[in-house]
Amino acid sequence: MKVKQISVFLENKIGRLAEITKILGDKEINIRALSIADTAEFGILRMIVSQPEETYSILEKSGFTVLEAEVIVVEVADKPGGLAQILEIIAKANLNLEYLYAFVSPKGRNALVVLKVEKPSEAIELLTRKKVKILTMREIEKL
Amino acid sequence: MIWNKKYECMPRQELETLQLKRLKEVTQRVYQSVPFYKQKFKERGVYPDDINSLKDLDKLPFTTKSELREGYPFGLFASPLKEIVEFHTSSGTTGKPVVDGYTHKDIITWSEVTARCLSCAGATAKDIIHNAYGYGLFTGGLGIHYGARLIGAKTIPISGGQTTRQVMMMQDFKSTILTCTPSYALHIAEVAKEMGIDLRKLPLRVGVLGAEPWSENMRKEIESRLGITALDIYGLTEIIGPGVAQECPEKNGLHIFEDHFLPEIINPETGEILGEGEEGELVLTTLTREGTTLIRYRTGDISRINYQPCRCGRTLARIEKIKGRIDDMLIIRGVNIFPSQIEDVLMRIEEAEPHYQLILERKKGLDELTVELETSAAIFSDEVRKVEELEKKIAQEIEETLGLRVGVRLVEPKTIQRSMGKAKRLIDKRKLK
Repeated sequence: MKVKQISVFLENKIGRLAEITKILGDKEINIRALSIADTAEFGILRMIVSQPEETYSILEKSGFTVLEAEVIVVEVADKPGGLAQILEIIAKANLNLEYLYAFVSPKGRNALVVLKVEKPSEAIELLTRKKVKILTMREIEKL
Repeated sequence: MIWNKKYECMPRQELETLQLKRLKEVTQRVYQSVPFYKQKFKERGVYPDDINSLKDLDKLPFTTKSELREGYPFGLFASPLKEIVEFHTSSGTTGKPVVDGYTHKDIITWSEVTARCLSCAGATAKDIIHNAYGYGLFTGGLGIHYGARLIGAKTIPISGGQTTRQVMMMQDFKSTILTCTPSYALHIAEVAKEMGIDLRKLPLRVGVLGAEPWSENMRKEIESRLGITALDIYGLTEIIGPGVAQECPEKNGLHIFEDHFLPEIINPETGEILGEGEEGELVLTTLTREGTTLIRYRTGDISRINYQPCRCGRTLARIEKIKGRIDDMLIIRGVNIFPSQIEDVLMRIEEAEPHYQLILERKKGLDELTVELETSAAIFSDEVRKVEELEKKIAQEIEETLGLRVGVRLVEPKTIQRSMGKAKRLIDKRKLK
């Protein structure tokens, strides 16, 4: 139940992000979640989108450096300590957490968290066992 | 393939006898017909009769590029204007260009030497030569054209630019040999890839690439992307254009056509002649040219010379792949560096794109060099740490190899300008007075 995340290399230049969102908007691709990691020189845009394969090829053709990575999207109870519980599971298993970002589902009451972990399959197994809800690509598309 | 065995494989002693005979003639001729040389010889107290062995060459004065500029347009011609049939000039981005005037016999000589180059790279009458060097005042296009015609090969005089059409024709005409600058060869490969055409599957087998310094690792990159053997050709407008020297498939130096061009390597600071294998500035004397005849011309190109006969059968001396031009040498915080040396390090990075640019800036009175390299899916990561590690790794490799600390910045694909001719590798943003 890994989910495909699209990341794009961005120079810190005016209008680059606007350009990407416009390209995707024109193709009616929906951005479900998005985060930007930035340094003084460049940024890395990470997105969960409705059609990852198409997004990848459109952006590549538009001249961007694009990468596809596998991430896990989990549902977190929207209450104090919700995220902590999940992170604890991962930490106890000694799995390296590369990064995470959160978004809120428009329908549900729960928060959704995108996790990039070192060994995704192992993490999924572990989280499932602990009864953490992991979203499939299909569920994300339906959000 | 050896175009002219008699001269290309001549025993050294015989060759030196021929060189001396021609050197005597040429000094005589310039002394008689070029006032500039007559005066220079007199100032130095040397006369044509003083040349009795090749060793006497060091008695003769050097000729510099600025002297050629001062002679603009026809001041240095050694033949009367009525005998000139063609002109070419250097690109002359600053000031007046350097003019080369060719007599009919010069054009025959030019055809001969470029035919030798193409043959050396394996060309025969059966080949289809895709000549993407610029046609016009630039010597590249016509120089190769003349040689290809002498061989009887089929030339596509496509010149530079309109790269999509170049790829289409390369595919449809089944070109076998590509002649252009190394940076343009890479650009052709890039455009072909976008068009969904795999150049490696086309009949193209050899590239005769030159007109700019390029590194050994750049060669590997070009060879793997185009599926060809990439060989270096050397020449300069002042001397004749392409056709001064050519690399054979042994890829161990460029054979210099010594029966026409007499090479020396000198210390660029003192002018002292250096021995075999020592690195310095290449100096050339034209032995057979009529229109533009130059004595000890300082090319500004850094190389070394090797007189050992080559496995290919040629006895002609070889010059090492040009490291760079003295003018392109950067002195950054006391370290001497050529852009091609940085290129060589960059191309060692697995899967790095061969598109880079060097930015030179002055910050707080110190020169700082930043290497900009285009990203590709192969080197990109969704983790900041890994991207920064890559930048650091590249900077470290450069520092370890060249002893210079540089900044490294990854930039978006296709943001570095593509070149149809000579690539501009350095952007100098220093505000010098």
